[in-house]
Amino acid sequence: MMVAEAKPLAEIQGMIQGYRKILIAGCGTCVTVCLSGGAQQVEILAASLRTAGKQQGLAWEINEETQLRQCDPMFVQQIRDRTGEYDAVLSMACGAGVQTMAETLGDIPVLPALDTLFFGGADGQGGFVELCAACGQCILSRTGGVCPVARCAKGLTDGPCGGAQAGKCEVAKDTPCAWQLIYVRLLRLGQLHLLKESTPPKARRVHPARLVREG
Amino acid sequence: MGFKEAVESEKFLVTAEVGPGKGTEIQGLLEDAELLKDRVDAINVTDLQSSVMRLGSLAVSHILADKGIEPVYQLTCRDRNRLALQSDLLSAWVLGIKNVLALTGDHPVLGDHPEAMPVFDLDSVSLLQTIKTMNSGHDLAGNEFNGAPDFFPGAVVNPGADAGAGLEMQIIKLEKKIEAGARFIQTQGVFDLNSFEKFMKRVEGFKVPVLGGVIMLKSAGMARFMNSKVAGISVPEAQIKAMAETKDKVRTSVEIASGLVRGMKDMCRGVHIMAIGWEKKVPMVLEEAGLK
Ligand code: SF4
Ligand code: SF4
Repeated sequence: MMVAEAKPLAEIQGMIQGYRKILIAGCGTCVTVCLSGGAQQVEILAASLRTAGKQQGLAWEINEETQLRQCDPMFVQQIRDRTGEYDAVLSMACGAGVQTMAETLGDIPVLPALDTLFFGGADGQGGFVELCAACGQCILSRTGGVCPVARCAKGLTDGPCGGAQAGKCEVAKDTPCAWQLIYVRLLRLGQLHLLKESTPPKARRVHPARLVREG
Repeated sequence: MGFKEAVESEKFLVTAEVGPGKGTEIQGLLEDAELLKDRVDAINVTDLQSSVMRLGSLAVSHILADKGIEPVYQLTCRDRNRLALQSDLLSAWVLGIKNVLALTGDHPVLGDHPEAMPVFDLDSVSLLQTIKTMNSGHDLAGNEFNGAPDFFPGAVVNPGADAGAGLEMQIIKLEKKIEAGARFIQTQGVFDLNSFEKFMKRVEGFKVPVLGGVIMLKSAGMARFMNSKVAGISVPEAQIKAMAETKDKVRTSVEIASGLVRGMKDMCRGVHIMAIGWEKKVPMVLEEAGLK
């Protein structure tokens, strides 16, 4: 899923400074799961902004709405009629959701309330970790199911650098070295021989990517 | 005798290292290099070591080559994509540089511009493959060169990597580097000869000359710092104590370094001395180790 976190309140206030009537729009998919932009977070942000507005004597009128998926125009269309009356939409979706909403609504500013961080999964302790960098040529079959593109700080696909210490990456003492994890998994799978195979440098993907479905 | 000829001979090899500084002042570095010139087989020029922005290794390697001092041009994958790496290599060749040490490089976050983009388009293995391809007269896209280089490439290994997975993977990667064309190997700093000997036994069959790395200790603090911050370095307590208690730090540092050099004489093909600012003391280390 896409993992995102709320921007600092002051930054959000700065973005909406010049607007009066604002719709805060949550998203019911990834950002609901990572507790950053679902209905609950929409409610909390709306309350904080109302309080802040009052303290600063700003006449913000703030409403709330949460779509099932902001990255799909089909869902955004459903609120299109109701958004005409707003000066701005403050989206609590990931960057993909913010843009889909902006494009679908067309003539109303859609502002990001979150910083989108990475594609990842739950770490089992309430947090989330980055797991995939959407490189476009998945090599997980050769790396024991651990992605070195997203999880090695240098994205090395042909074995580790010399920087790991006690199994941790050179960039931070609390970040496991991806290649250490790969080694352990390959060992358990009886596939250590894969480490000896050379992986040619990846063809870097051209942005923006597209997926076209025929018919 | 050039460095390549020295490596291909039977002689015990000695290389040293200079680090270009922050700014355009190079007088001190050139003095150090001149002083070492006749005592070493080549001098490595570091490429923005520890990801700290400095004068580049290409320019300094060129200046050394011009002065008849044979450089080992260190080239990392940290800051350049495959276009820039190949172009810099062509530039290096026309500037008289023959030896290249191919490195992955430290992450920028460890240096003084932590916001910089980490490139790592290639890594040490694919950089060595690139050099091999270029030596054969082509670029990575298969286009033919009008005038090809003939580099003498080398690589590094960290013999002090974490025992178990870390060391196993270092050895596997070393094999890949040799397959990709590395003709000499310089190691990370070694402080414990027993474990280095064990490492050398593991790589005995690889048939590529290994130069054991020797770092000159400057203080007990530096040793402790390296132990906690630099991967693969573990300065034994006895050496830290000696540095802490000595009245003459240079003397003690030279004794420790020359002891390591002496010990390595029977274990590997040469030594690579990293003096980190104490380049002028390198001749003392060599003399004391019985290598003039
Ligand atoms: S190799 Fe890694 S970044 Fe690429 S698609 Fe697979 S998981 Fe994602
Ligand atoms: S220490 Fe491991 S995870 Fe970190 S950059 Fe090196 S190989 Fe990648």
